[in-house]
Amino acid sequence: MNYQLSHLKELEAESIFILREVAAQFENPVLLFSGGKDSILVSYLAKKAFYPARIPFPLLHIDTGHNFAETIEYRDNWVADLNAKLLVGSVQDAIDKGKVTEEKGYNASRNFLQTAVLLEELENGKFDAAIGGARRDEEKARAKERFFSHRDEFGQWDPKNQRPELWNLFNGRKQFGEHFRIFPISNWTELDVWQYLAEENVPLPSLYFAHQRKVFHRDGILLADSEFIPKRPEEKVVEMTVRCRTIGDVTCTGVWESSASSIEEIIEEVAASRKTERGGRTDDKRSETAMEDRKKDGYF
Amino acid sequence: MTSELLRFSTAGSVDDGKSTLIGRLLYDSKSIFEDQYEAVKTASERRGEEGVNLALLTDGLKAEREQGITIDVAYRYFATPRRKFIIADTPGHIQYTRNMVTGASTANVALILVDARNGVIEQTRRHSIISSLLQIPHLVICINKMDLVDYKQEVYETIKEDFERFASKLDVHDISFIPISALKGDNVVERSANMPWYEGSTLLYYLENVHIGSDHNFIDTRFPVQYVVRPYNDDYHDYRGYAGRVAGGVMKKGDRVMLLPSGFTSTIAKIDTADGEIEEAFPPMSVTLLLNDDLDLSRGDMIVRENNHPEVTQDLDLMVCWFNDKPLQQRGKYAIQHTTQNVRCLVKDIQYKMDVNTLHRNLEDKSVGMNDIARITIRTTKPLFVDAYRKNRITGSVILIDEGTNETVGAGMVIG
Ligand SMILES: Nc1nc2c(ncn2[C@@H]2O[C@H](COP(=O)(O)OP(=O)(O)OP(=O)(O)O)[C@@H](O)[C@H]2O)c(=O)[nH]1
Ligand SMILES: [Mg+2]
Repeated sequence: MNYQLSHLKELEAESIFILREVAAQFENPVLLFSGGKDSILVSYLAKKAFYPARIPFPLLHIDTGHNFAETIEYRDNWVADLNAKLLVGSVQDAIDKGKVTEEKGYNASRNFLQTAVLLEELENGKFDAAIGGARRDEEKARAKERFFSHRDEFGQWDPKNQRPELWNLFNGRKQFGEHFRIFPISNWTELDVWQYLAEENVPLPSLYFAHQRKVFHRDGILLADSEFIPKRPEEKVVEMTVRCRTIGDVTCTGVWESSASSIEEIIEEVAASRKTERGGRTDDKRSETAMEDRKKDGYF
Repeated sequence: MTSELLRFSTAGSVDDGKSTLIGRLLYDSKSIFEDQYEAVKTASERRGEEGVNLALLTDGLKAEREQGITIDVAYRYFATPRRKFIIADTPGHIQYTRNMVTGASTANVALILVDARNGVIEQTRRHSIISSLLQIPHLVICINKMDLVDYKQEVYETIKEDFERFASKLDVHDISFIPISALKGDNVVERSANMPWYEGSTLLYYLENVHIGSDHNFIDTRFPVQYVVRPYNDDYHDYRGYAGRVAGGVMKKGDRVMLLPSGFTSTIAKIDTADGEIEEAFPPMSVTLLLNDDLDLSRGDMIVRENNHPEVTQDLDLMVCWFNDKPLQQRGKYAIQHTTQNVRCLVKDIQYKMDVNTLHRNLEDKSVGMNDIARITIRTTKPLFVDAYRKNRITGSVILIDEGTNETVGAGMVIG
């Protein structure tokens, strides 16, 4: 008898273990849901972890208001499928109430405002653990993160002084006002995610598949033409066959020229790709340590 | 698509070339993406370095790049047609030993780097001892920077002998030696033309082929209850499932089981998963068990076989690695986590501290500070269900937590 799990089943078992650990160790967890494949995966795994009971914590979407239309439609259907509870934190609301100030100029993005809104939502909801879909293979600062990542009372991450994390023993103890970020799919790669979603027949947002879209070039990245992104005079809109490799706010999510229209074709494309998925994220390109800086402040 | 997963970690003293080696391995196995490479190239140029500094592929934090050292573990992933790899690149600096232990605790293979110019030094020994305490099944001693010693065989042989002499006192079973240059790539992915005298395999070949007959224990059934699933809806009105991850043994429907601590017995009615019922469960699967009797069972309890159970005890004999500035307190009280149990404990006795250079048991100086390794006995407030660490890494390990700061201050392995 060969008692060997495939690497995908082993990753699944690890993630389910982490999700159950969160439910057991924390009083009031919440799952951060962006509408991208990683948070779809985490919520799908959460459903598995507590089956046949409901997911014992709500999903929270920090909505910048600058979405691809498809994202919201998918989100609402998916949440209904999961029979989960959805909370929405609105960046637009925060702007209207004067809590945050919108960036100006061509590269303006609400991506950075999400942090303030997220921290406020966590505080208001008295959430003590925020589960996210970040993966270590995405980015060099994320490569350093623990499964259970401690945040001080300001929501900040201290990468130089993380708690040791050994074996399967996760220390979720904290002082009042502090919280944890939990990353159940830390060890998955982009390719693992796609292969697993394909194996499990998980329905995915249409944005991930090749479609016709009006786009324009900026700083080596293709961006979707959208009312939310002011264009420079020289930036010409063209129609192309593209797809998203990550889904986030419209203003900072690059699209890729691609003809991959099925999940199998996406897997082939990802396997052959010479660029990381975040290669198309303008938010990471602002400086060498853009991600680390945002994470220290409490970003996802 | 099934492929095996191999987890390995790096170890060795500061600047011995661990991060450079991982960068080289990723680069030469074509596992680096263009944009990652471009970013590292730009960063190297900005720092005024001569070539492209491959260590920057894992040294991603600002503070690491400023100081040119690794501070915390970086996890990297790559795959070849043969295997899928999870790499933990850990720091060599003594101050960050806790992060080395973090990366090493789940590894199947440890790569221990030695700078060919310096040979085996204290930190090499400390990391080797930790690797052996953690029972990492395979150690590969990478004698690095061979380019700086003219690729001389004598240098390699001397270091190899030196390490073997030291390692004979360690509890490790499989040690290999590879002379490399992480900087130039000799014997990492490609065979070195500079060291025709070396007849062994390259590092990548080794990693693809080393036999990792599973790390898990498939004999002794251990199922720590992690979470109780109660659906509270009409379809599953009487459903009460015990969710957890199999820590040992192979569990089958119909098996007679015993519950700890109560000692009650029952049989497995069903092994449930979201994909339906399954016939058997084994490590490291996450499943939900249903029993044929209504018994009181909750998180922290353990499901085992009637005739094969762990030791149920409040007195533990441990080897500990200490992680904190604040020394281990004789008679000190700590919180302790073991499988899914959270209890408190009292340090009854510090038996000895280990001298990492000589492996001597120091019975006089028993002050256990940061990075020290010691043998201690503790008493817990409630019984734990433990196995010797060498028998089961999951039921044989604990962490100690400072109740004031909530920091994880020590890692313990059950001796027995
Ligand atoms: N000549 C030569 N230099 C090397 C070799 N490997 C690493 N180096 C250099 O040694 C220095 C330290 O390398 P790192 O890879 O950062 O060392 P490390 O072991 O990761 O260090 P810590 O993570 O801080 O413990 C760098 O300047 C490397 O370029 C080698 O094979 N030959
Ligand atoms: Mg390093």
